[in-house]
Amino acid sequence: MALLVLNEDQVQLKDSARDFIQNKAPIAAFRKLRDSNDKDGFDRNLWKEMADLGWAGIIIPEEFGGFGFGYTGLGVVLEETGRTLAASPLISTALIGATAVLLGGSAAQKKEILPAIAAGGWLMALAHEEGPHHAPYAIATKAKADGGGFILSGKKTFVLDGHVADQLIVVARTSGKSGAREGLTLFLVDSKTPGVKITRTLMADSRNAANVKFTNVKLASNTMLGAIDQGADILDPVLDRARIGLAAEMLGSVREEFERTVEYLKTRQQFGVLIGTFQALKHRAAEMFCEIELSISVLLDGLIAIDENRKDVPQMASLVKARLNDTYFLVSNEALQMHGGIGMTDEFDMGLFMKRARVAIASFGDSSFHRERYATLEGY
Amino acid sequence: MSDLEKFRAETRAWLEENCPPSMRTPMPEEETCWGGRNPVYKNPDSKVWMDRMGARGWTVPAWPKEYGGGGLDKAHNQVLQQELGRLRARPPLSSFGIWMLGPALLEFASEEQKRHYLPQIARGEIRWCQGYSEPGAGSDLAGLQTKAEDMGDHYLVNGSKIWTSYGNYADWIFCLVRTDPKAPKHQGISFLLFDMASPGVSTKPIKLISGASVFAQTFFDNVKVPKDQLVGTLNAGWTIAKALLQHERNMIGGMGGANMPGSSGLRSPSVAAKRYAGEIKGKIANPAMRLEVAKHNMNSRAFGLTGQRMADEMKAGAPPGPASSMFKYYGTEQNKRKYELLLQAMGTSALGWEGKPFEEHELSITREWLRSKGNSIEGGTSEVQLNIIAKNVLRLPD
Ligand SMILES: Cc1cc2nc3c(=O)[nH]c(=O)nc-3n(C[C@H](O)[C@H](O)[C@H](O)COP(=O)(O)OP(=O)(O)OC[C@H]3O[C@@H](n4cnc5c(N)ncnc54)[C@H](O)[C@@H]3O)c2cc1C
Repeated sequence: MALLVLNEDQVQLKDSARDFIQNKAPIAAFRKLRDSNDKDGFDRNLWKEMADLGWAGIIIPEEFGGFGFGYTGLGVVLEETGRTLAASPLISTALIGATAVLLGGSAAQKKEILPAIAAGGWLMALAHEEGPHHAPYAIATKAKADGGGFILSGKKTFVLDGHVADQLIVVARTSGKSGAREGLTLFLVDSKTPGVKITRTLMADSRNAANVKFTNVKLASNTMLGAIDQGADILDPVLDRARIGLAAEMLGSVREEFERTVEYLKTRQQFGVLIGTFQALKHRAAEMFCEIELSISVLLDGLIAIDENRKDVPQMASLVKARLNDTYFLVSNEALQMHGGIGMTDEFDMGLFMKRARVAIASFGDSSFHRERYATLEGY
Repeated sequence: MSDLEKFRAETRAWLEENCPPSMRTPMPEEETCWGGRNPVYKNPDSKVWMDRMGARGWTVPAWPKEYGGGGLDKAHNQVLQQELGRLRARPPLSSFGIWMLGPALLEFASEEQKRHYLPQIARGEIRWCQGYSEPGAGSDLAGLQTKAEDMGDHYLVNGSKIWTSYGNYADWIFCLVRTDPKAPKHQGISFLLFDMASPGVSTKPIKLISGASVFAQTFFDNVKVPKDQLVGTLNAGWTIAKALLQHERNMIGGMGGANMPGSSGLRSPSVAAKRYAGEIKGKIANPAMRLEVAKHNMNSRAFGLTGQRMADEMKAGAPPGPASSMFKYYGTEQNKRKYELLLQAMGTSALGWEGKPFEEHELSITREWLRSKGNSIEGGTSEVQLNIIAKNVLRLPD
């Protein structure tokens, strides 16, 4: 059993990630993307630099041109990006895209795609959700067998980084009814294929999402990722890794917000004293501290569970995501309240965290989704 | 065979031979083995088990051998714990001496005191109680008034303590006393050890809301205490008092974890909910209750992992953090929530007081629920723990 602490390499990675992010992608950079209505919604030069550092291929084994640092390595980097709300394709591509190909790809697909991801060349997006709530198997998008290939039709929503992706990983139904776990198949679809229409959607958190419509899109049989009708066997572990990875980003945001808030309690004066002397605020701050400590523990164990291929990754994913959802919810609300009026201003950063919190919470399952799932997995 | 594997094999063989079969079954509260001069053994095997383990120093495996311990390093101790876990062996000895006083003596006592007191604790010969709180000094512990005057060849102790757990069963007391009434309150306190059989000591049991009377008010009327029973320096007892409280808080906080023996079987909220509130196709029938149980269990697991992380950080060389307050706060609140959830799941079956038609474990849960309310009071209240976190961890201003 691994120790529940970062090893030396991981600590070093974390430190250098922090330096890099604080310098190259501070919150001001994210603001600029937002305020200039940047058409990509992220900085391609920054992504190139991240790829040069090895981050695009951080979970990809060295034999495929990756960095081989595992999910714990990716986790510590994501946590640092959460501190500045840095927008990048780390989640859509380095985490989800790479995972899907690693878990589901044929030898040929791995050889073609993984090095392209690791080099920072290809951007990927998972085209999965079809409604306003995370619902892994509620898939109506159809892929009909046609000659040797398939014809794809349907609509996807909230596709992270969908408008910049070179390749979409599409979850489609090849048999059965919407809601069934059986009958799903994953396809790799070039975003420029005729019949694919991608529309960027502007979300409250100013990060990247898109709606994607497929109208009779012709797919060759070699676009299939994994086996026909068995897509859920890939999708489930991909989603679990996405949940834990996103939670790492969320933890970074939580810690940043909390530290800034504690600092504010030590500087803002009212009634002739620092507001941090008020016990009503002290106790709430101390409670947040406890929730954050528990969050740090579950996240680290979740990342280690993936790297050690433990059987309880699904439980851990639900535990981690639900806890980070709840903690981010708490801290984003408390941070804003404890800043008073200034917290409500757009110029101040608390609002940015607030908005990001709610979008992150809704991504890959809110807390009620994960509590329900945890109960099922644990046999009650 | 590596040294550790050899140790494992020997340990396993020894435990197989020496752990009585009845000590491998779940332990009812009343069979807890507290040791002491006048012990009551409901099950005679308890004494056999305690004596055998005590003779090897395995009641306190990590303490040095010269003080009655097992002298095991972390790796060997872990093996021992795993092997004990494999047999589901009961703890051979429960004691305030092991949990609280011993660690403080190891840190602060003189060599002579260590050699005298620690082996008695390890072998379960002396049962200790904690004389901290007073009627006028609870959360504001440093405001204590019980005084010890220097009479040349001894100290003379006068005053009274309250909420002294097991005060009426204990043999000795570790006691905070005021030795300099003129100094600022934290600087006039000393840490004394004395025999509860000394002339002038008396106790009056106090009944708890759970019906048991496990604590007492303790009175000291001109109690003579030999001078070599002072631990550490005169008037510097507050440092020892605080260090001991950290051990106490870790111990009390540990109750909130997912892996505590009390959380399994019928004390597991999911098991209780299915049994008492019904199940449909293997799921707790009431969906709202089901989600509450899940939320609770997820928090327990998160708390258990946090305990593991803190221990691992220390193994990796980090200094012990100011974590004991967080541990105490969250663990005790979580334990209280567990009992509230059990009550909710079991309905009136967990609200019986005594007699039929209630099952023994049901009656016991009623009492445990009431007792759990004290967890967030004893050892420093939840509010006090939050104060400590705010001050010592977050460094918020006073
Ligand atoms: C089951 C049990 C076993 C015990 N065993 C022992 C024992 O063996 N030995 C021993 O010495 N003591 C023991 N105690 C005593 C225990 O340590 C005290 O009860 C505890 O420290 C609280 O003190 P108090 O009861 O005087 O409450 P008070 O200090 O009067 O507290 C009353 C309320 O005020 C709140 N409060 C007080 N100060 C503050 C503050 N600064 N900020 C915010 N809120 C505050 C408290 O949190 C509490 O809610 C035991 C208690 C219990 C319940």
